[in-house]
Amino acid sequence: MAELLRATNVSEIFGGLKAVDDFNFYINAGELVGLIGPNGAGKTTIFNLITGVYIPTTGDITLEGASIVGLKPYQITQRGITRTFQNIRLFSELSVLDNVKIAYHCRVKYGLLEAVLRLGRYFDEEREIEEESLKLLEIFKLDEHAYEVAKNLPYGAQRRLEIARALAAKPKLLLLDEPAAGMNPQETKELMEMIRWIRKQFGLTVLLIEHDMSLVMGICERIYVLEYGMVIASGTPEDIQNDPEVIRAYLGEEAVN
Amino acid sequence: MNAIRKRDLIMLIVGLIIFGVLQAMMSAKMIGSFWQLNILLIGINIIMSVSLNLINGYTGQFSLGHAGFMAIGAYVGVVATTNFGMPLLVALILGAIGAGLLGFTIGLPTLRLRGDYLAIATLGLGEIIRIVIMNIDYVGGAAGFKGIPHLTTFPWVFFVMLFTLFFIKNFVNSTHGRACIAIRENEIAAESMGVNTTKYKIMAFTIGAAFAGVAGGLFAHSFYLISPNSFTFLSSFNYLIMVVLGGLGSITGSIAGAFVVTFISAALAAWPEFRMIIYALALILLMFYRPQGLFGYMEVTNLGPIKKFFDGLKDSR
Repeated sequence: MAELLRATNVSEIFGGLKAVDDFNFYINAGELVGLIGPNGAGKTTIFNLITGVYIPTTGDITLEGASIVGLKPYQITQRGITRTFQNIRLFSELSVLDNVKIAYHCRVKYGLLEAVLRLGRYFDEEREIEEESLKLLEIFKLDEHAYEVAKNLPYGAQRRLEIARALAAKPKLLLLDEPAAGMNPQETKELMEMIRWIRKQFGLTVLLIEHDMSLVMGICERIYVLEYGMVIASGTPEDIQNDPEVIRAYLGEEAVN
Repeated sequence: MNAIRKRDLIMLIVGLIIFGVLQAMMSAKMIGSFWQLNILLIGINIIMSVSLNLINGYTGQFSLGHAGFMAIGAYVGVVATTNFGMPLLVALILGAIGAGLLGFTIGLPTLRLRGDYLAIATLGLGEIIRIVIMNIDYVGGAAGFKGIPHLTTFPWVFFVMLFTLFFIKNFVNSTHGRACIAIRENEIAAESMGVNTTKYKIMAFTIGAAFAGVAGGLFAHSFYLISPNSFTFLSSFNYLIMVVLGGLGSITGSIAGAFVVTFISAALAAWPEFRMIIYALALILLMFYRPQGLFGYMEVTNLGPIKKFFDGLKDSR
């Protein structure tokens, strides 16, 4: 399997706080990898480092062998990494359909003049975007809400819309930041099926942060465990479940003995 | 012909009918010279408010210096026509280029600021432009620029306005406009969806400034004299009021806002002291009962029966 993303000795220091400390990690094309750890362990910081929101203090991150350190977030999206957010960040006053349409931005070929004068490719591309967006919404069971304002959707649907929007940008690597947060067990189960399905359907590589262990252990092929910005364990779900370091981090010293 | 083209065509025809009716009434002297001037002003103010809406309403960047860009367009225009004898069209284009260039250069550093800070910076910018013009003797300084040929006619204003409306409508309904709207809604999410936020903020600012320059050119050629005092921050506020009154993020709203504000101040011209009171009351009431403005994010083409009519076009494709 070809390696898609690699982080080498990445550290991120905020003032006196080492949020991420010598982080090493790789993900192969097509893998589904989980990133877990207690609150404040630095999981979201790692997402922000990968997507260019933060620039690593030291270390390097490569996508398909080329360094992406120092690129702006939108450039990283153009190179094929998209994400969802822990606290939902939809374009809340816009329709569900428009939310998805925006994500086609970096693939649109018509220029400013063609848009303003409505010439050439404008109509063809706009029709294509509309059709593809509606198809995507259908997959996420959002098609009946397509013309509703995004902020009026129920919570679970908003989470699904975030994933749909991230997929519309045609990523190679999809980063999901706590996709199951606030979902009930039934919704979590459905989400799990959906992640599996979209991965196969879109040929995606997925990296996800999650606190819901049934989800993480159920679908991830490999897991990295983070504590105080450091990787304390990595391996298959079975390895992780039996790792004394992980049990200590989550349950305390006595649980190990 | 597809539904969108049909829609454009119908709107163009409606525009031409309005033009025809107004032009006929003017030729038949049914509209006096006072209201003729105010109809010109309504058209010019529509250009101002729609272009300001692109910056403030669609892209969500709070700019308060729009009158400054208008001043640039006005002065570049009058110098071109009066001192160099160029035709009005060239003057308008030069004014647009001048204001657009300034918008671009100023936008680069100031658009890093957010919210209130950007508002203060653009407010200052508008004043700087005015005061700089006041100190250039070549354009008459504080006394103003005299002897401007009266070139602005109703057809000029109307068709330039129509062009502006179609330009901004088409921009907003493209991927470029969606990028701007995404910045307004959530800048971080927009960036993570692949939108170069700096580029689109500056693009919106530049386009808005360029159209303000065009409006300035038309404005200046409606009078014999213009002075820097026509472009104070109070007039910037006036354009902002039009945009907010009509609805941030609605082109129909900006048209309505420009119309209502210009119309009211013209109708109350005989009672200037009441004018400001009524103005203030209207705004307070609006903020109480309809804080999103008259139209909110709605366009006239989305309203009940009109929307049905346009949806019917889609089926017959």
